[in-house]
Amino acid sequence: MGTKLESGVVGSEEEAGSRAPLLSIRSVAKSFGRNIVLRNISLDVSEGEFLTILGESGSGKTTLLRIIAGFESASAGEVWMGNERLDRQPPYQRRVNTVFQNYALFPHLTVEENVAYGLRVSKRPDAEVLTRVSEALSKVKMSAHAKSKPAKISGGQQQRVALARALVNRPRLLLLDEPLSALDANLRRQMQVELKSLQREVGISFIFVTHDQEEAMVMSDRIALLRSGELEQVATPREIYGRPATAYAAQFIGHTNLLKCEVKDGIARCLPLMWITKVPEGPALFSLRPENIRLATGNVGIVGTVRVRGRVCQQAFHGATELIRVECGNGLVLAVRIAGRDAEAAPMGEIELEFSSSDAVPVRESPDRI
Amino acid sequence: MELLVKENNTLSNSPWLLLHASAVFAFLYLPIAVLILYSFNGEGVGGFPPRHLTLGWYRILFADGPIWDSVLNSLQVAAAAVVIALGFGVPAALALDRTQFFGKALFRRLVLLPLILPGIITGLSLLMLFNVSGTKLSLLTIILGHGTALISVATTEVFAGLQKLDRAQEEASLDLGANYWQTFWRITVPNLKLPIVGAALLIFTLSMDEIAVSFFLIGRDNTLPLEIWGRLRRGITPEINAVSTIIFLFSLVAIVLWYRLRVRSEPDVDVGSEIVQTAEGHTI
Repeated sequence: MGTKLESGVVGSEEEAGSRAPLLSIRSVAKSFGRNIVLRNISLDVSEGEFLTILGESGSGKTTLLRIIAGFESASAGEVWMGNERLDRQPPYQRRVNTVFQNYALFPHLTVEENVAYGLRVSKRPDAEVLTRVSEALSKVKMSAHAKSKPAKISGGQQQRVALARALVNRPRLLLLDEPLSALDANLRRQMQVELKSLQREVGISFIFVTHDQEEAMVMSDRIALLRSGELEQVATPREIYGRPATAYAAQFIGHTNLLKCEVKDGIARCLPLMWITKVPEGPALFSLRPENIRLATGNVGIVGTVRVRGRVCQQAFHGATELIRVECGNGLVLAVRIAGRDAEAAPMGEIELEFSSSDAVPVRESPDRI
Repeated sequence: MELLVKENNTLSNSPWLLLHASAVFAFLYLPIAVLILYSFNGEGVGGFPPRHLTLGWYRILFADGPIWDSVLNSLQVAAAAVVIALGFGVPAALALDRTQFFGKALFRRLVLLPLILPGIITGLSLLMLFNVSGTKLSLLTIILGHGTALISVATTEVFAGLQKLDRAQEEASLDLGANYWQTFWRITVPNLKLPIVGAALLIFTLSMDEIAVSFFLIGRDNTLPLEIWGRLRRGITPEINAVSTIIFLFSLVAIVLWYRLRVRSEPDVDVGSEIVQTAEGHTI
């Protein structure tokens, strides 16, 4: 298991492009009447990968998932699994299974019968059905409730049954449509960990849909950020956080300062700040994470460090960290995250801040879309 | 909501409401009570108070061949009408719920039409059809009459059930590898059990006491309502009360069965509002 874990998680950054993808979404578009939901989506998912489609409600993420599952047909584009054209197959022939948002367990069948459903309709021999169902139920720790009807078990338990019902068929790809959104916060965190370790254990590719950026960060090998039907960025959580491609990505994932600069003669100016950059001449947008700004210490003059003085105008205590807002003059207000224990020491009035210019990441403007 | 509750409280405290409600219930149920009471009356249908209580009328009833023939006929007609109405009504409801086709609005109204049309019109038009086609009137013509007239009941009941069905369940079934046909039998039909059983019971009862359509289509064999109606012309005896009492008891059992089925399968559902909902379904 250890080796699989490493190749699946650590190596995914470099290998995602080079390995033959399991699922390949090519230029998929979808509109309902005149309402355009998805435009020109191209996305590859590799074997054993945990990919999250992250987006606000109405961004088209569920529609994309339904196109992969076969409940909607794409208006344009193709979906391939290996060398099979997936989007021409009816849903019941695709080697893809889904965990639905409301679980969609069959109310008239017991937990056991629910899990056995896929194997029964594909006419597997009784003995095989029994062993695989009991294996799947014990994997999700639901063996004790095998004979219960879905209405008699809790939301978290229904969630596990839905998972077992999908995994027992050994799909090549599992789709999960906001499966944790109905659970309360504690159970949700617990299920995030369980889902992730289950995915590593079974080694099946997961496509996980959520609107919760924190959930996406915690669980994913890669995140595909969707906005108004278009992909903003597809990258690992570290990459998308550290090197956001667009202003929207920078703001949606985590907290950031967006600096509107003017670049001239290799110097970015956002008065009163300025630093040396390789960005081409003209207007430019930079993202600067609050935790990359520090209280200035020591001597001036370290190469690549930008210093600025300002007045603290707001403080918000978050426990481990504290977020302060600093008025730096010229209408510029910087959000700064400092460690919680520094907070007491943090002076209220005038302070001096510094950040290294390499932490100011150039991002593309995110144009308004309808 | 709160307002409604308050209103309810003041209303239920009013003595007029109690009086009004009692009057309504008396109007509805007193005749039935009297009918049952007089089936035990030794002195015929007249006279108050009833005297010489007896089971004699039931004894006469059980020895009465023609009545039992008509009961048997009615049961056959009702059972066949249920099969025909469901056989056409369920697919019609599925088509209305699932598909878009040219003339759907017209189709919906045409399906519901027999529910609104007076029985005389339905009966008369069917009679003319059978005359033209040279079909001899018999139980079969009554069965066809009841079956077609009651398709609308099956359609509306099942349509209401389909509207409440969680479509994600059918998607889950397809997702798990069941094709459309398997999904229909394994998921859709079990989830429509209540509306289908409800429709069957309703169609059965409606057919059992149908007179207008039957009147035009009757051959040599009488149905129970027509047999009773025929006897009323020769003068009424408490034997009729006795047979009515038995029918009443059977209806009661049917209603209780349906109610219990409903409560068992949907324990959290307020059955009263469910009935109102299905009743509303008839006016779509």
